Amino acid sequence: MFEDFLYLLRRNGLKVSLTEWMALVEALHKNLHQASFTGFYHLCRCLLVKSEADFDAFDRAFLDYFKDVPFQQEVSQELLNWLDKPNAPMGEFDEQQAELNENLSVLEIEELFQERKNEQREQHNCGSYWVGTHGMSIFGNMGMSPVGIRVGGEATSRRAFRVAEERRYRDFRQDNTLDTRQLQVALRRLRQFSGLVDLPPDEFDVDATIRDTADSAGMLKVHYKKPRQNTVKVLLLMDSGGSMDHYAQLCSALFQAVTKSGHFKDLKIYYFHNCPYTRLYNDPTLNPNSAVPVSWLLSNLSSEYKLIFVGDAQMSPHEIFDPFPSPKEGEPASGLDCLRRLRERYRHAIWLNPDGPPQWGGEWAESYNAINGLFPMYLLTVEGLEEGMKKLLNR
Amino acid sequence: MKEFRGSQDYVASEELMRAVNIAMVLEKPLLIKGEPGTGKTMLAEAIAQALGKKLLIWNIKSTTKAQDGLYVYDVVQRLYDSQFGGQGVDDIEKYVKLGKLGEAFAGDEQVILLIDEIDKADLEFPNDLLWELDRMEFHIPETGRTVKANHRPVVIITSNAEKELPDAFLRRCVFHYIEFPDKELMAEIVRVHCPNLSEELLTQVLEAFYKIRNLPQIKKKPSTSEIIDWIQALQHGGVDVSRIAKEVPYVGVLLKKNEDIDTLRRQWR
Repeated sequence: MFEDFLYLLRRNGLKVSLTEWMALVEALHKNLHQASFTGFYHLCRCLLVKSEADFDAFDRAFLDYFKDVPFQQEVSQELLNWLDKPNAPMGEFDEQQAELNENLSVLEIEELFQERKNEQREQHNCGSYWVGTHGMSIFGNMGMSPVGIRVGGEATSRRAFRVAEERRYRDFRQDNTLDTRQLQVALRRLRQFSGLVDLPPDEFDVDATIRDTADSAGMLKVHYKKPRQNTVKVLLLMDSGGSMDHYAQLCSALFQAVTKSGHFKDLKIYYFHNCPYTRLYNDPTLNPNSAVPVSWLLSNLSSEYKLIFVGDAQMSPHEIFDPFPSPKEGEPASGLDCLRRLRERYRHAIWLNPDGPPQWGGEWAESYNAINGLFPMYLLTVEGLEEGMKKLLNR
Repeated sequence: MKEFRGSQDYVASEELMRAVNIAMVLEKPLLIKGEPGTGKTMLAEAIAQALGKKLLIWNIKSTTKAQDGLYVYDVVQRLYDSQFGGQGVDDIEKYVKLGKLGEAFAGDEQVILLIDEIDKADLEFPNDLLWELDRMEFHIPETGRTVKANHRPVVIITSNAEKELPDAFLRRCVFHYIEFPDKELMAEIVRVHCPNLSEELLTQVLEAFYKIRNLPQIKKKPSTSEIIDWIQALQHGGVDVSRIAKEVPYVGVLLKKNEDIDTLRRQWR
């Protein structure tokens, strides 16, 4: 029938499974679409889509599939073959062209791309006009244009704001999922129960009831006890801005998961940029009006807080090693000193990193290694988070 | 089978009616999401009324467990009764009280079951109900009885999207998102709730209402229940119609946050 539609939806990131598909087929048999196209659209949507956030993706796929033309790949295979040139020499950097490119809006680039796709007939690399590699063009890969659409190839400079053609097996990578729910489930591991909290005793205590009933020769004596509650307190410090912008989506997923978890006894969240110095900020824009001195944190938040850092730990060495010009008495003397003080105060601490270690000997490896030596570091994936939670609970 | 076409005091959009009918024919739970105040809970009442069926409401709270909806075995009561030699202590059945879901299954006729605000409960709550909602039956080990639905209830589930629901659960549901009503639909809704309302007042009210709603700075946007309260306040106060859009009298009924009221003042000066 139109099974392709199912695969098109799945390609567009909608998690449609066979269960839903069979339900749709059944509904069509029962004529629930009332033989109308609008009815069919609503039927598909309420059976196949499970979140209003996906409606848009569904609409696009629906239009694409049912506009009377067979579905076409966005980029032809031929073009992709031309672009598969990871090791070709670089073209020349053209400052004028770079400036021109930078002034284009996202929409303009999209339009130009559609135009170029239709007129391009052969391979063009190192140039500034066609879709090609190693050049100043706004399309292609391995290029030097400050903005543009990446077509094929792998991101090296992270400049393109839109990847037109995904690698086909990407979805099968398990560690790639950024589902809030999965993160939430991982965070649930972070709990330590204790009955020593101040709550009314309203949980039936089986052991004490049996014991006391037996003691009074069978006369029933019912006992209640205080419910046990999670006592874990969390201090979350997040790197914000700069190189972390690449991971904004991932970090926001983590943030959502942590704040929605609600099973922590207390949760404090502060922000910093690259490395905390003497202050931490209450909001991700690092507004100086809402800053909190690190020394205040150290003396006011008890050491039972579990400290979770989120950051890529990559910065130029002077940001972390250089001593501050005139440190005040009792305040950290450098970025590294600040980290060390936090580490000493909070025995249970981990560092979650959205990125892997930088290239050996690279510019930013030094800071990474210093921080890695100080905090146990985990990748910010579902698995990494689970590992980290285990570490935090070790006594 | 009867079809749902809205009811006397519930105005449903075409899409919503379709979704309800699809869920009923396919015998799948209907998951309703939408902004607060779009009438998610009211929907179940309207369906029950329109189809002439009994409505059971299971209100979910943060402490609700899936088990509570099936049955509760009151051990403590039984222990006490045994102590004082009460009648029928050996009849366990007497101490097994069915929950809302159990009630819906055990009834002699088809009922409408509303599971309200499912996202309030624990993260695993929906997963614990998968089997029961799928098979429409559950087993009570204490008495060895299996409660099986004689008539599959129509299950309506509402969510405010406070927590994400598990995929396995979503897969079994028919989903509908209630959008905030547009002006025409809202006019219809208001007419249902306030029948003796002059057209002039209605136009003015709607204009002011949507203007306020569309201000991007407003944090807590007013919803259907607020516009109806507002109209009642305006009628009661006997406010001059021409003043409504300009001065927004009784603004406290519409906006519940100080900062929102300030924003409005600043915007319209």
